[in-house]
Amino acid sequence: MSTHLPVLQVVVPLLAAPVCALIRNARAAAVIAVLASWATLAIALSLLGDVMSAGVISYAIGDWVPPIGIEYRVDIVNAWVLVIVSTIASVVAPYMITSVADEVARGRIPLFYAAYLLCLCGLLGITITGDVFNVFVFLEISSLSAYALIAMGTRRRALTAAFRYLIMGSVGATFIVIGIGLLYVMTGSLNMADLAVLLPEVWDSRTVKVAYGFLGVGFCLKLALFPLHLWLPNAYAFAPSAVTAFMASTATKVAVYMLLRFFLTIFGAPFSFGVMALDRVLLPLALVAIVSMSLVAIFQVDVKRLLAYSSVAQIGYMVLGLSFASVTGLTATLLHLFNHALMKGALFMAMGCVVYRIGSVHIDAMAGLGKRMPWTMAAFVLGGLSLVGVPLTVGFVSKWFLILGALERGWWPVAVIVLLASVLALVYVWRVVEAAYFRPYGGDEGGPREAPWRLLVPTWALVGANLYFGISAVRTAQVAERAAEVLMTGVGP
Amino acid sequence: MREEIIVRVGAKFLAPFIIMFALYVHFHGDYSPGGGFQAGVILAAAFALLALVYGLEAVQRVLPLWFTRMCAALGVLIFAGVGVVTMLLGHNYLGYNALAADPTHPEHGQHYGILLVELGVLVTVFGVMVTVFYHFAGRGRRDP
Amino acid sequence: MRLDLFVSHYNYWVVIFLMMVGFYILISRGNLIKKIVGLNVFQTAVFMLYISMGKITGGTPPILVNPKGAGEGHNGAEAGPNGAEAGLGGTEALQEPAAEVVYSNPLPHVLILTAIVVGIATTSLGLALAVRIKEAYGTMEEDEINRIEAETEAAE
Repeated sequence: MSTHLPVLQVVVPLLAAPVCALIRNARAAAVIAVLASWATLAIALSLLGDVMSAGVISYAIGDWVPPIGIEYRVDIVNAWVLVIVSTIASVVAPYMITSVADEVARGRIPLFYAAYLLCLCGLLGITITGDVFNVFVFLEISSLSAYALIAMGTRRRALTAAFRYLIMGSVGATFIVIGIGLLYVMTGSLNMADLAVLLPEVWDSRTVKVAYGFLGVGFCLKLALFPLHLWLPNAYAFAPSAVTAFMASTATKVAVYMLLRFFLTIFGAPFSFGVMALDRVLLPLALVAIVSMSLVAIFQVDVKRLLAYSSVAQIGYMVLGLSFASVTGLTATLLHLFNHALMKGALFMAMGCVVYRIGSVHIDAMAGLGKRMPWTMAAFVLGGLSLVGVPLTVGFVSKWFLILGALERGWWPVAVIVLLASVLALVYVWRVVEAAYFRPYGGDEGGPREAPWRLLVPTWALVGANLYFGISAVRTAQVAERAAEVLMTGVGP
Repeated sequence: MREEIIVRVGAKFLAPFIIMFALYVHFHGDYSPGGGFQAGVILAAAFALLALVYGLEAVQRVLPLWFTRMCAALGVLIFAGVGVVTMLLGHNYLGYNALAADPTHPEHGQHYGILLVELGVLVTVFGVMVTVFYHFAGRGRRDP
Repeated sequence: MRLDLFVSHYNYWVVIFLMMVGFYILISRGNLIKKIVGLNVFQTAVFMLYISMGKITGGTPPILVNPKGAGEGHNGAEAGPNGAEAGLGGTEALQEPAAEVVYSNPLPHVLILTAIVVGIATTSLGLALAVRIKEAYGTMEEDEINRIEAETEAAE
């Protein structure tokens, strides 16, 4: 079966989703979701191993030879992203069992798991496919299930947040379809590797440039780059906690991957940086995102929304790495995909623990929780330190490579801004820490206790990963660097 | 529309033909325009027509909500299951050639494969369309 | 701007017009249902873009015309692989003078069938959300929803 691994990566969650919907038993559905998530992780790890040793894997769906048929194509870049997505899925899935039982209406729980698995299937599909239209199909699978997941939040504002996300997300996806259509008009192909060969012949055409613009706006909407981020804060703040943890660590990462794949592999780095000046467009946007969104985060009173704004700022870091147009910069981007998934996953899961016990993440409601829920808040502190970029955490590793990339280009003001933004991150993390540890507990004696271990174990698994990959960053950095080289050279076939 | 005799008789008369046409669109889908999606929508339209004329309860007695929901999930299973079967038979995912009864003509498998996969699409689309219709149609009734 | 350029690409003008109409409704209207209508018009414009580019003048439906005889022609097996080749070569068929039959390019239609399905799913999900928003807030106007949300936020 090992030759079928690329397709199984997508088919396992795709098969598990209808089974969850059919059995309509909450506990059984949860078990299926957890098993399916773990299976995807096993497949992703073995794919990464294969790719590291044997190079690109190509899988022809339905025995149709590419470029005629749909091809699943795994190289080191998407194997890396597959590992990120499935790692988060397999940590969040066990967390869901307890968290979702608390936050979602009982009758909807099997459907919740079905939607979660479809979302996972979509995200993995976007990452693994080598066909541009297939990207759109999987994008919509993941987005539609994400809208449904967000709408299952407990408060009514979840509905408006989901609606707003639906409108903006659909516009973004439609822009992507327009771009793909224009590419097809020019080349007659939908296969990524084939497009990479055919496109240089038609670089000069205005249609290709227009396609580039449409695709760019579509991706930036999906990855919530600064001026197009408006859907994100409310969607993350009002979704069920487990959904927020999952989406914040995977959905935007996959969108960044799409951007890299289209602009560097298909169009090629020479076109993106040489003809379209992508770096000069993205650099100011990334910097504005980093500074302004960190500032906005400082003034939030809802901690989930605070973290959501911080996510927009962190996306700025990823895009910043891309705008350096160098292998070091891209290494920082790819590393930060993984590292940010680890830290935001841990932080949002800690907030899920708080929601489980006190039903709110308002900063005043969290006063004195440091003593009441020591493990939960300790997880938050460690995740927060990682977000700031303190040495020995993963956040430090990404910032290190970012600053290295900036200095390599001789852009020391950018490096200074990155460091200053870390101080801003310290301020918003500190606000929560101050409330939790230095303010007295306001409620009665029989108040909240520590969150159950079923929530704490997954949370601490991610916190542990934050520390582990922060201390021994060699392996992750190696993989990210090789992936960055693949993207920059744009090998195509 | 309980008094409109022409509408009631007309709907009753039309419904079987609509269902028949849906099946034609499905099974003739590989020679002429058609396929599972169109067939599923046409099939759902037959029941939507009946529900409009005879009321939601009458149709839900024949086609209960749990059944259409099950259809929605079952179709995906059929679709993905066909792919798994071809994989077990030693071909790639959705490699229909594996399904040929006569191994000397593996192309025949394409015919069976596309019909089976489109059957999955039909079942899902039918289930989803009717479920969506039920939910929107039943909405005002529960909270007037 | 030459007139023939305008006329010969009329399908693009139709598409652009529809797209802008949809986008305008989407942005300017506060009613959630109208927003979905706008989104639909916007998406339909893209469907038109794809379908119009699959049209080849004088092209027949891309189902293999088999000159060898009806028996073979009714054999789904051969239609499979060759049909796909015709799909890829929809544009090539024009350049090939040897090909007697010109097929329309079926691929855009297939792609758009998928996109239509996606559009339906988006629409029904959007309508379902709109219905539940109406039930939760008692209104479907965005201004009023924003006002209610601001009030609840201030009350917290």
